[in-house]
Amino acid sequence: MRYWIAALCLGFGGLTLAEPPALHSGQEARYQALIEELRCLVCQNQNIAESNAPLAEDLRLQVAEMINAGRSDAEIKDYLVARYGDFVLYRPPFKPNTWLLWGGPFLLLVLGLVTAFRIFSGRRSETPDESVDQAALHKLLQGQSDQRNKS
Amino acid sequence: MKARFLIPVGIVAALLVVLAVGLTLNPREVPSPLIGKAAPPFALPRLYQPDQLVTDASLKGRVTLFNVWASWCVACREEHAQIERLAKEFGMYIIGLNYKDETQDALGWLSHFGNPYSAVAVDADGRVGIDWGVYGVPETFVIDSAGVIRYKHIGPVKAADIENRILPLVRELEGGQG
Amino acid sequence: MPAIERIEVTQSVTSLFLPELGHFALCLALSLTVLQAVVPMLGVVTGRVLWSELARPAAIGQFSFLLIAYLILTWCFIVSDFSVSYVAHNSNTQLPLAYRISAVWGAHEGSLLLWVLMLASWTMAVAFFSKSLPRDLTATVLSVMGMVSIGFLLFMLLTSNPFDRQFPVPAEGRDLNPLLQDPGLIIHPPMLYMGYVGFSVAFAFAIAALIGGRLDTAWARWTRPWTTSAWMFLTLGIMLGSWWAYHELGWGGWWFWDPVENASFMPWLVGTALVHSLAVTEKRGIFKSWTVLLAITAFSMSLLGTFLVRSGVLVSVHAFATDPERGVFILGFFAIVVGGSLGLYAWRAPRFRASGKAGFFSREGFLLLNNIFLVVAAAAVFVGTLYPLLADAMSLGKLSVGPPYFNTVFVPLTLPLVLLVGCAAALNWKRGRVDTLWQRLRWVALLALAAGLAMPWLMLGKTTFLVIAAVSMAFWAMFSASEEIIRRGSRRGWLKIPAAIWGMSLAHFGLGIFVIGVTLVSAYSAENDVRLAPGESAELSGFEFRFEGITQYAGPNYDSTVGKVTVSRGNKALAVLEPEKRIYRAMGNAMTEAGVLPRLHRDLYVSLGEPLSGQAWSLRLYYRPFMRFVWLGALLMALGGFLAMFDRRYRKPGKLDSGIERHAVAESDV
Repeated sequence: MRYWIAALCLGFGGLTLAEPPALHSGQEARYQALIEELRCLVCQNQNIAESNAPLAEDLRLQVAEMINAGRSDAEIKDYLVARYGDFVLYRPPFKPNTWLLWGGPFLLLVLGLVTAFRIFSGRRSETPDESVDQAALHKLLQGQSDQRNKS
Repeated sequence: MKARFLIPVGIVAALLVVLAVGLTLNPREVPSPLIGKAAPPFALPRLYQPDQLVTDASLKGRVTLFNVWASWCVACREEHAQIERLAKEFGMYIIGLNYKDETQDALGWLSHFGNPYSAVAVDADGRVGIDWGVYGVPETFVIDSAGVIRYKHIGPVKAADIENRILPLVRELEGGQG
Repeated sequence: MPAIERIEVTQSVTSLFLPELGHFALCLALSLTVLQAVVPMLGVVTGRVLWSELARPAAIGQFSFLLIAYLILTWCFIVSDFSVSYVAHNSNTQLPLAYRISAVWGAHEGSLLLWVLMLASWTMAVAFFSKSLPRDLTATVLSVMGMVSIGFLLFMLLTSNPFDRQFPVPAEGRDLNPLLQDPGLIIHPPMLYMGYVGFSVAFAFAIAALIGGRLDTAWARWTRPWTTSAWMFLTLGIMLGSWWAYHELGWGGWWFWDPVENASFMPWLVGTALVHSLAVTEKRGIFKSWTVLLAITAFSMSLLGTFLVRSGVLVSVHAFATDPERGVFILGFFAIVVGGSLGLYAWRAPRFRASGKAGFFSREGFLLLNNIFLVVAAAAVFVGTLYPLLADAMSLGKLSVGPPYFNTVFVPLTLPLVLLVGCAAALNWKRGRVDTLWQRLRWVALLALAAGLAMPWLMLGKTTFLVIAAVSMAFWAMFSASEEIIRRGSRRGWLKIPAAIWGMSLAHFGLGIFVIGVTLVSAYSAENDVRLAPGESAELSGFEFRFEGITQYAGPNYDSTVGKVTVSRGNKALAVLEPEKRIYRAMGNAMTEAGVLPRLHRDLYVSLGEPLSGQAWSLRLYYRPFMRFVWLGALLMALGGFLAMFDRRYRKPGKLDSGIERHAVAESDV
């Protein structure tokens, strides 16, 4: 199963640039940005800008034609998603099955910051009760300041 | 033992389950969003009569297989005996989509390996292929009598796929219709 | 001719038994490793000194036998012994000698052998440099490393034996993946593995701390140099990988957020957090269970990376030939090592008590913030890498998570880090004061803002608000790192600045350089796909690229087409770039070698595409401002780590030991 698709993927190390499709002037940057965000279905570790699979070439042409026809980025993406699914989008859409993906890291950050704040405010209030071996602490600090003096 | 020290073990346990399930999946197989939707319309020249057209209308009225193939595709050769079997042994109605091929090569290929197709549509530039979400030939679609795509098989059809997936589905669809 | 004959004779004789000898050496190494894992631990538990002392000789023995196995495999590559199936699959007689030697780690089995050999080297290093450590600690650490090693040796012997023979012997081998036939890739994997495997030392120290119930300043001090060196190797390994991808893939990119890159980046982020939290644990005796958790996590991330790369659960550029059986084995191993150590953590870590205290506005507090941002960044990479798998496993649909996601999420999570870098070193431990910090750093801040405003505009003639913000932050990190050095140097003499301070400042300075590079190369790169016939030229970012035509030449094992592109600005010719397209004869694989004009402040880069109609070729031109800063920054970070390892306090642990030993005793009473 895997070998057969990989066989269509002609050596991922070799950059094969076919002739770039003709674009209306001023659209090059938009075209480049779009094809870099679309995943090739044949060489699946590449976007369609990098991939040299025949399908990627067809899709680049399709994107170029749609841009020339005045279609918006969203329309072009919808067109491809209708045919290949969300898999083609390297920027996953924000919807229920990706809430965790987009929100997770920031949720974790908030959680981490809250925890950190609680640790420190808790630690300060506990401070008087904390039984520390003062002698050992003194020794340690001494050791550190010795070090500092030496260096 | 405080509960918060157990959190890491919990996370890893969940991770292990996901990874274990992941080992049984194929990350490369992309399910088609077209399943359950009407077959994309097309109107393409016939391979044998280039001046006539095959259209999506030919997919309606009976359960149909839609097989995407090309003469340059090695895996198509591998599956061809099974497609032949589907046509001859099980009497399936099969439309072929000759994908990004040279007409002469395609004709030679069929005369050499046999022609299981009721009609072959020529998709020279691969546009219809894009509409159908084709990304790796061979691909085979099962279409019900209303012209709705019910199943997509990616890669060469093997005998086991016919017995386990395709035939049961076709029987079911035909049963529902009759 | 005689030389060749001699080699052939040698080959036919040695080929009779050498691979078997290699296999045998692996088995012996495994049995010694079992000894190293079991007996010293029993010695610690039962109090038998002799048993604990066995750890060192067993570690030396394990290393020796693995070295023998490794050398034998290398020899099989040198003489092209294709009866060894691994050699036959990854080499051939046309392959230049240097690549035959590096082909040993060019695929799964051999790279695993390298991995195990490195693990044994780290184990040996611990055995040698731990003479001043308490005997029980050394014995436990070596035993834990032995357990890890057992897993990998079993994995190799049961599923991936590099010495497997094949009959009939093929007359010619296949080839080393041409992607790997590049000087960058000769050293990239060993560096990377040194980093991955090196975290096993911190891991073993963490487990020993959990088992022994002892986690104090001395423990942190012993663990630090090991962690720092592993981190340094990982930094270098990742940097080399990026540099290689830039030159070899022909897409002008230096980081693709590919699962395999992410697999190396996650342990790096967690390892960076560990390096910082160890500092707090050493100096202040707090964050103990957190530090242990990070040590376990850093190594777990290395193991996870191994699983992701070698099991085929994700689609990736570099994936090794995969096999579900291997995936199951590594997953089981991962479950035992990570599950076991986190179970131990849940059981034993609650007993660690902080021995210091601090307010939030202090160096501790800021280092904790640093840790939070780093760990959340690692979590973001983790979530992004595994989400497609998660969604698929839970039948939520197939989706892709690529660079747009990572760039969007990662930048806001990491930019605050750059701000923190500037403050942390200038803040006091325990309780910092806003006014002293302000007094000390206001000029640094002002200068950084001025530099951030001016530099992109002066160098590139354009700027945006985001670029000003990011570059100012980068200068803030660089200037405050310099301020630390200047302040110390002018007060107490330059030679008295401890190596650790040099290291820290250099690494933070490097971070600033790195951020400048990333910002400017992302914001102001330009590229252009063009079709050029000989004599025609194209313009990009004020440079003229003139295509002169192509020439052909035959390399040792490939045929190359070389394009000649003259780059000029105004009327001044700058360089002739020679992008290549190579076809490796053995398998007919095509490879790209970009033509690059590297300068400190910009790269000009050309890849050769395909021949088009007539004499024309498709070419891709890139303008990459400050590309070199990205790698230079990473290099400085690694160099900083290197310097920090040589701090004198690591070399004389004995002196402090007694005092801290007593402190530790007192602490365990708490």
